[in-house]
Amino acid sequence: MAEITANIQVAPGIFRMSVAGAYAGKMGQFYMLRAWDKTPLLSRPISIYSLDAEEIHFLYQVVGEGTRILSMLQAGDEITLEGPFGNGFPELNGKVALVGGGIGIAPFYYALQSLPQADVYLGFSQKPYEVDHFKRITDRVTVNVGGHILDLVDYEAYDAIFVCGPNAMMQAAQRLNERWSGRNKVYVSLENRMACGVGACLVCSVGTTGGRKKSCVDGPVFAVEEVKSW
Amino acid sequence: MMDTTCHIAGIAFRNPIVMASGTFGFGHEYNRFYPLDRIGGFSGKGLTLHPKSGNEGLRSWETAAGMLNSVGLENPGIPAFLSTEAERWENYDVVRILNLGGSSLEDYERGAALIEEDYKHRQQRGKKAVDMIELNISCPNVKAGGMAYGIQTETARTVVGLVRKATTLPLIVKLSPNAEDIVSMALMCEEEGAEAVSLVNTFSAMKIDIYKRRSVFENSYAGLSGPAIKPIALRMVHQVCQSVHIPVMGLGGISSAEDILEFIMAGAEVVQVGTHNFVDLRAGENLSRDLENLMRQLGISSLKEIRGIV
Ligand SMILES: Cc1cc2nc3c(=O)[nH]c(=O)nc-3n(C[C@H](O)[C@H](O)[C@H](O)COP(=O)(O)OP(=O)(O)OC[C@H]3O[C@@H](n4cnc5c(N)ncnc54)[C@H](O)[C@@H]3O)c2cc1C
Ligand SMILES: Cc1cc2nc3c(=O)[nH]c(=O)nc-3n(C[C@H](O)[C@H](O)[C@H](O)COP(=O)(O)O)c2cc1C
Ligand code: FES
Repeated sequence: MAEITANIQVAPGIFRMSVAGAYAGKMGQFYMLRAWDKTPLLSRPISIYSLDAEEIHFLYQVVGEGTRILSMLQAGDEITLEGPFGNGFPELNGKVALVGGGIGIAPFYYALQSLPQADVYLGFSQKPYEVDHFKRITDRVTVNVGGHILDLVDYEAYDAIFVCGPNAMMQAAQRLNERWSGRNKVYVSLENRMACGVGACLVCSVGTTGGRKKSCVDGPVFAVEEVKSW
Repeated sequence: MMDTTCHIAGIAFRNPIVMASGTFGFGHEYNRFYPLDRIGGFSGKGLTLHPKSGNEGLRSWETAAGMLNSVGLENPGIPAFLSTEAERWENYDVVRILNLGGSSLEDYERGAALIEEDYKHRQQRGKKAVDMIELNISCPNVKAGGMAYGIQTETARTVVGLVRKATTLPLIVKLSPNAEDIVSMALMCEEEGAEAVSLVNTFSAMKIDIYKRRSVFENSYAGLSGPAIKPIALRMVHQVCQSVHIPVMGLGGISSAEDILEFIMAGAEVVQVGTHNFVDLRAGENLSRDLENLMRQLGISSLKEIRGIV
C-alpha cells in the first residue's frame, strides 16, 4: 500500500497521479495498479510517467471502470503498486526519436529524462496535454493535433525511433519501417491486455517472428519488424 | 501448533493451498515474490506433447466478479519442458503437479509415457521433478480434444484408462463443470484407478461485442473463472465428495481463507487457487497466513476436524 500525494486532471479525461515512495524502474517499464478490493477483478497496467527519489507519477486516460476509479482518488488515499514490470526501452546511443500518439505519450516523459538528447514528437487528436512538461527538458518537441504524427518524423534522420500509441499508429510505423528499412531501429510499446503481469497466464501473448512472446515480460517493447499479430 | 497438512496418494502437502494450472506459470514466475514453500503445491501450465501456440485474437475479457480466457493451451510442449523447466522443479520444496493436456488419445498417451520415462531417469539419479500428474480433459479453449474428452463419461474413460496405464505417478483427473454428469465422471475416474480428482475447470462462456456484432473471441467461446463461479463450483465439489472415496481437490473462484474452509467443509482434501493469483501476486503467502489465523479464530486445530462436515 502506498499513499497518493496528488491526482490531477490535466485535460478532459486525462489524469496525472503521484504516489509517495522510492520506486524503481527503467524507461518503458510499467506498474500494475490497484485501488479497489474485489471489483474490477484485475489490476491495471500503467507505464511509468516519471520517477524521482520520493515519488512515482502516472499519466492515464479514463477509458473504463478501473481508470474511472483511479480518477476519483484523492491525495491521502491508498493504492497498491506492483512492479516495475516489462523490459522497457533499450538503452541506445545515437539519435533517438520518441513518438507518442495520445495517451501513448505516457512512457516518453520518463524516457526523455533518460535520453535528454532525443527528439520528441507528440500527436493528439484533440487538445494537447503535458507538452509544457516535455518542453522543460528539451526544446526539440514537435506537436501535432488532428494529423498523423508519424508523417512529421524524418525516418532517415534517426538511429532509433520509439513509438507508442494506438495500434493503427504502430502498424503504420511497421509499414514505414518496411519501406525504409535503412539504418535505424524502430521499437513499439504494445498495449496488450494483461492479467498477471509477470509471465504466468499467457493472456498477453503476442505473435512474433521468433514465435509467441509474452508482452508483459518479453515486452511491452518490441522491435517493430518482430511483431506479427496486432 | 496448527495442523494444516493434507495427503493425497501418500504425498504430503504442507497446507491445502495448491496453485491452479495456467495461473501460476511454471512456478518461478511467483517464486520471485515469495518462497514457494509457503504453499502446499502448484500445478504447472498445461502441457501437450507438441508445442502449442494457443489462440489468436483477444485472450481475456473481464466480467462481473470473473474473467473469460481464451489462451488455448499455449505451451512449449512436454519434451521442451522436461529438458529445461523440470530442472528447476527438482529444487522446489512443494508438491509439483504436471498438468497434462492433449488433442488426441495418442498425444495424451505418448505425453504420459514421456513423463514416465523422465521420472524413471531422474529417480535413478535420486532426483524428482514431478510428484503427480493432473490430467486435463476439461480445457474449453481448444478446438480439437481438450474439453471434448471431458463431457461424456464413456469417452473420458478411454483417455483416463490409457494415461493410467502409461504412468506410475499418482494421477489426478481434472474435471470440467461442463460435463454431462460430473458425479458419474468422478466415479469413472475412481474406477479407472485415478488417485484423485480436481474440479472445476473453467465454465464455457461467451462475450458479444454488440457494435461489431460478433463474439470478442476468435473461438466464439471462452472459459469463465474467478469469484463468479465459486458457488457453482462449491456445489459440484460437494456432490462429488458425497460420491467418491478418492480425495478431491476443490477449486473455482477461491480468493480468501473463508473460501478455502468452505471447500474443505464440502469435503475437499486440498483446494486450488487460480485467478486470485492475478489479483494478488502474493496470494500463496497471504492465504496461508490468513488460513492459519482463521483456523485459530474458529478454534480449528486440524483440517481433519472439519473436512466434509457439511
Ligand atoms: C504495458 C502497458 C502500459 C500502459 N500504460 C498506460 C499509461 O501509461 N496510461 C494509460 O492511460 N493507459 C496505459 N495502458 C492502458 C491501460 O492499461 C488501460 O487503458 C486500462 O487497463 C483500462 O482499464 P479500465 O478498467 O479503465 O478499462 P476497461 O475497458 O473497463 O477494462 C477492461 C479490461 O481491459 C483491459 N484494457 C482495456 N483497455 C486496455 C488497453 N488500452 N491496454 C491494455 N489493456 C486494456 C483492462 O486492463 C481490463 O483488464 C497501458 C497498457 C499496457 C499493457
Ligand atoms: C488464464 C488461465 C489459463 C488456464 N490454463 C489452464 C491449463 O492450462 N490447464 C488447466 O487444467 N486449467 C487451466 N485453467 C483453469 C484453472 O486452472 C482453474 O481450473 C479455473 O481458472 C478455475 O479456478 P479459479 O476460479 O480459481 O481461477 C486456466 C485458467 C485461466 C484463468
Ligand atoms: S499478463 Fe500474464 S503472462 Fe503476461
